[in-house]
Amino acid sequence: MKILVCISNVPDTTSKINFTGDNKSFDKNGVQFVINPWDEYALTRAIELKEAKGGTVTVLNVGEADAEPNIRKALAIGADDAIRVNADPKDAFFVAQQIAAIAKQNNYDMILMGKESIDYNGSQVHNMVGEMLGIPSIVPASKLDLVDDSTARLEREIEGGKEVVEVKLPFVASAQQPMSEPRIPNMRGIMTARTKPLQVVEPVGGEVKADYVSFSKPEKKGGVKMIDAENAGELITLLRNEAKVL
Amino acid sequence: MSVLVFVEGFNGEIKKSSLEAATYGYQVAQQLGTTATAVAIGEVHEDALAKLGEQGISKVLYDADSRLNNFVADAYVKVIAKAAQQENAKVLVFSNSNIGAAVGAKLAVRLNGSLATNVTTLPKTDGGFIVTRSVFSGKAFAEVNLTSDVKIIAVKKNALEIANAGSGAATVEKFSADLTDADFAAAPKETIMQDTSGGVLLTEAEIVVSGGRGLKGPENWHLVEDLAKALGAATACSKPVADLDWRPHHEHVGQTGIAVSPNLYIAIGISGAIQHLAGVNSSKVIVVINKDPEAPFFKAADYGIVGDAFDVVPKLIEAARALDK
Repeated sequence: MKILVCISNVPDTTSKINFTGDNKSFDKNGVQFVINPWDEYALTRAIELKEAKGGTVTVLNVGEADAEPNIRKALAIGADDAIRVNADPKDAFFVAQQIAAIAKQNNYDMILMGKESIDYNGSQVHNMVGEMLGIPSIVPASKLDLVDDSTARLEREIEGGKEVVEVKLPFVASAQQPMSEPRIPNMRGIMTARTKPLQVVEPVGGEVKADYVSFSKPEKKGGVKMIDAENAGELITLLRNEAKVL
Repeated sequence: MSVLVFVEGFNGEIKKSSLEAATYGYQVAQQLGTTATAVAIGEVHEDALAKLGEQGISKVLYDADSRLNNFVADAYVKVIAKAAQQENAKVLVFSNSNIGAAVGAKLAVRLNGSLATNVTTLPKTDGGFIVTRSVFSGKAFAEVNLTSDVKIIAVKKNALEIANAGSGAATVEKFSADLTDADFAAAPKETIMQDTSGGVLLTEAEIVVSGGRGLKGPENWHLVEDLAKALGAATACSKPVADLDWRPHHEHVGQTGIAVSPNLYIAIGISGAIQHLAGVNSSKVIVVINKDPEAPFFKAADYGIVGDAFDVVPKLIEAARALDK
């Protein structure tokens, strides 16, 4: 079983979000970067499948050199090797193009990633990769199991319920809870990760279809209006007459 | 050229988020001096489709193939791509649902288009086609120029008001894309619907009542449910509550759960960790009920009550029930 797990390098969930250069780029100053939390569900599920059935897990990141500490972390958690496409991940189409190009060279049995990244929240790349490769993309998947060597069984969240889908390998799936329980790397993992192969390749194509022009932040809230707990019912009146949401 | 809107049905009616997408599509069409056509798939009442005229849709292409009642990405993409070609659509509009975002992404590849999901504004069309999208889990907005000939937009839920353009009924035309069995290769084997409390879908709800660890245990969830019922709201929970199995994971709102953007979000016994805020910060009005006056959630709230949920919530239920609807 050859599994490709795509990870993105994103600001930690508690980061303050700021922009620089006339609000044209994200301010990385003082920001801690982590493996996108959604991608971690995909990574740990891939490692679990490898442990159960054998095979390899390759981690792929489209990003610049500053993503390497988190690529090493993925290796420490249990991936076997890694590929970094050396490029600024400009938009989803560009990233999907890179993943599809790597996938075409390597015949993976499954390509996994998170359901979205917590920075750009696009939720686009997985379906684009599936379409580019002409294979099914199951998005978002909350469960992933192998039925046999050529078939997987997934649960997909839909609005108001879930679906059970069986697909032939290869396929693309995006992970969300409760697919797996993310792991913390242990000391042995951290030591072995240092010598695991991390290949850096140059990007293909380069067309940008969604050009990020500028960023802004939402307006600050006007402050909270407190209501006395004794007269809690007053809240309902305010929600109707003042906020006009009831 | 025209604007094409994909509308989704739920129990035969058109989803609120799709009425928003139809409104968006019509407004873009007005900007571009053209008309908006809708495409609908599967089980939707035809009179509901005709009523899309109220949102300014002039024509609806309807593929009633019953194999499309469940979402099958490849088949949906084929139908919408054919409709786009027939209508010479240069702008395709979806709601930012699981289905809309998935089909939009695949169509962006197939039609060589530019895609923006989570879109909150109409395009600026002087010198480009620039839309605003919500990014960094609601902590920022980005302006994105869609540079391809075909533009595909998934509109964030509850980002714009459903308009009544006041036009007459839309004409509904039968439509078919000659689907083959191969298009259904990844069709679901089984669909399991949840018991959606009172029929309100969490992601479509205008009001959400959400509970956290402050409720002390699943046996106290009647407080959340009764208030939700009195307000016609959907119920939700925080991550710890889902992790403790007090409530199912599909109710978990937050950074790694579902993002919601209702008109009113009521948080009961939730302290307001930054990861929770990331999933609810697009809500128009936020109410926080917590016994800890230092709970960080109060900083993000519009209304707050410091008090014990077991005291406060019954009073709210009583007041909500007394409202004339």
